[in-house]
Amino acid sequence: MTRNRINLEIEIPTQTRYLGLIGNIGEQLAWDLSDYAGDRDILAYNLNLVLTEALTNVIKHAGCENQALRVCISIEGNSLSIQVHDQGLGFDMEDVTCPDPEDLCERGRGIFIIRHLMDSVDYHKTDKGNVLEMKKKL
Amino acid sequence: MNITLDNKDDSTLLRFHEERLDAHNSKELKDYLLTLYDNGAKKLILDLSEVRFVDSSGLGALLSGHKNAGLRDGRFALACVQSRVQSMFELTRLTQVFEIYPGVEDALAYGAGGTPHDSKQD
Repeated sequence: MTRNRINLEIEIPTQTRYLGLIGNIGEQLAWDLSDYAGDRDILAYNLNLVLTEALTNVIKHAGCENQALRVCISIEGNSLSIQVHDQGLGFDMEDVTCPDPEDLCERGRGIFIIRHLMDSVDYHKTDKGNVLEMKKKL
Repeated sequence: MNITLDNKDDSTLLRFHEERLDAHNSKELKDYLLTLYDNGAKKLILDLSEVRFVDSSGLGALLSGHKNAGLRDGRFALACVQSRVQSMFELTRLTQVFEIYPGVEDALAYGAGGTPHDSKQD
């Protein structure tokens, strides 16, 4: 069976109107994987969701207006890696996370959702800005 | 944002004609719901049959609708929620917060005095 090896790099403006485009690319990836035994419908929704939540957090909190965002999606075998690179001031993930998702707070569930769906989530500085990095074994 | 409004008995039925409810259109929906409440609407039913994707920002807009209904002694119900969208409510543990019905008629029937457990999706 063919082993998955996919590397995508996409640059988009820092605007929420592109959330659907990137989310749909994530969904399509789920349908096109060659050797995934799980429920592709669920994987497609979850990739769409993780990409949407990651981009939304960076767009809203990283202070990178009028700059491009770089989205890198990599699948090697059963290892999925998603990176969202920004050139803003950055943010602290804990500051933008609702402490208790069962509260009726209207914001702050995005990082909670990413943490629930991915194996690891990290946001750190790089020499060119910041990167939100998420990994998962498929 | 593409939304249509219809008055049914004493309820206002909203049909959301978008595939996605996310950070791009959630603020618009939140403001729209608030304007309806401010203009005197008491009972809102939101038909989500065309919505196949909701993110946390979309959930935030729905929570705002729910909370504003509570503040006005009103009602905010959701109808025709697709299964993947329903999973978002479960993931974020909000299933017990919202009134969710399989169909618009179920939501209207409960609003007219029916029993929630007859038709409500728990």
